[in-house]
Amino acid sequence: MDSFWNVLASAVGLVFAFDPDLMEIVGLSMQVTLSAVAIACLIGFPLGAIAGAFRFPGRTLLSIVLNALMGLPPVVVGLLVYLMLSASGPLGPLGLLYTPTAMIIAQTVLVTPIVAALTKQVVEDLYQEYGEQFTSLGVGPLDRVMALLWDARYSLLTVALAGFGRAVAEVGAVIIVGGNINHVTRVMTTTIALETSKGNLELALALGVILLAIAFAVNALVMTLRASAVRAAYA
Amino acid sequence: MRNLVQDTASTPSISALPDTREVLLETRGLGFETNGHHLLTDIDLQIRRGSRTVIMGPNGAGKSLLLRLMHGLISPTHGDVLWRGHALNKTARKDQAMVFQRPVLLRRSARANLKFALGVRGEKGGKRNGLIQKALTAAGLSHLANRPARVLSGGEQQRLATVRALACQPDILFLDEPTASLDPASTAAIEQLILEANANGITIILVTHDTGQASRLGQELIFLQDGEIAEIGPAHGVLKIPQSAPARALRDGQLFVKN
Ligand SMILES: Nc1ncnc2c1ncn2[C@@H]1O[C@H](COP(=O)(O)OP(=O)(O)O)[C@@H](O)[C@H]1O
Ligand SMILES: [Mg+2]
Repeated sequence: MDSFWNVLASAVGLVFAFDPDLMEIVGLSMQVTLSAVAIACLIGFPLGAIAGAFRFPGRTLLSIVLNALMGLPPVVVGLLVYLMLSASGPLGPLGLLYTPTAMIIAQTVLVTPIVAALTKQVVEDLYQEYGEQFTSLGVGPLDRVMALLWDARYSLLTVALAGFGRAVAEVGAVIIVGGNINHVTRVMTTTIALETSKGNLELALALGVILLAIAFAVNALVMTLRASAVRAAYA
Repeated sequence: MRNLVQDTASTPSISALPDTREVLLETRGLGFETNGHHLLTDIDLQIRRGSRTVIMGPNGAGKSLLLRLMHGLISPTHGDVLWRGHALNKTARKDQAMVFQRPVLLRRSARANLKFALGVRGEKGGKRNGLIQKALTAAGLSHLANRPARVLSGGEQQRLATVRALACQPDILFLDEPTASLDPASTAAIEQLILEANANGITIILVTHDTGQASRLGQELIFLQDGEIAEIGPAHGVLKIPQSAPARALRDGQLFVKN
């Protein structure tokens, strides 16, 4: 127990020393995760809205696929993206393997189905309420999607948060396609895994503390926004 | 025109009236059936431009269903709905508007709700702002324009929904029990909006359970029972001297039970 408190103390010391290596890792983590979540929302919001608000052939299939993809094991995604990006793979010539871009791709693949599936549920509920009024007003398909997404905006914030949670905590896929290269593709989770195995617990724990703090802060922000939206009956 | 309709109290059906106004909406053998249940059967109606029609009948009689069919929100399983003599389609529906029993308002401000509806109808810029202002004034909501629509009171919400429908400048306005849960003042405000709209030439079809409202607003009255027209005729006549057993039961405040 004694050593735990010692390690924790050094870890907190590292955090507040704003160790440049540490900050670099945190910065890259945020860059990769936020990029992946942004792209996933760009694809997943409209895709989910379409699946939630329109009846078309293959709609049920789309839902099944999205739900199945939600539970994709990260290492499998990592492996598939690796195969695509490796020198002999179809995207090999782009030379993306072991770059932050590769990690963004892997996380986007992981997060997009989550965003799309949750968005579909949110939009479906809203559409129950709005559908006939939209038909009555003569709202066209594009306006429908835009209006539903806008009116679901506070719920979608929570959806994006779920995507963020999955991406930021993810280790299996990014370690495969990123390679965990120092100063290039080392992010919080992969560094924690590596440093723990090397016995460098202070750095690992320092990153763990920061990861937790970020998770808390982002959740608190979203909950606060939602609470004010609920007061205005906008959520 | 109004008097013409009311002076023929004993005439049994609207179509028999010597009314020269254009038939705006017509149903022919209209029916709706699901899982072998006939929810609406053989509805023949002619709705003339500028008229005010009230639909009454007990819960589950098919009043809302009839409105939704006439507005083209659902397709009939039998018969046709004709709009100016042609099959009702998406384009024709743009000449119609509907106020639902529970107002469906977007999660936006009162003003943004109007802006959205007018935007859908292709109104932009200054003209749209003018129409929004006019609608807010008509609803008595100018001071609440920037409030979230869904924190407004029930009466304010229904007024907003009504002026939103009217802002779309429809030829016909369907209203499904618009004042069912409102206090007398809010009810009067909605009735005022309806009568003003009608004075401006908008045809009105209104569902209500309130005989007072039916006599205040109705020229023609359709009494529905079990998905069929039990009685149809000039409103004050049907309300005063109902010919059919279900309508009599309503007047006498009894539950009509078919034997
Ligand atoms: N789309 C539908 N599918 C199946 N049943 C319906 C549908 N719409 C209405 N009904 C049924 O039709 C009957 C009439 O409903 P409605 O028109 O809402 O009655 P009301 O006269 O009270 O407005 C009810 O029994 C209702 O359950
Ligand atoms: Mg009803």
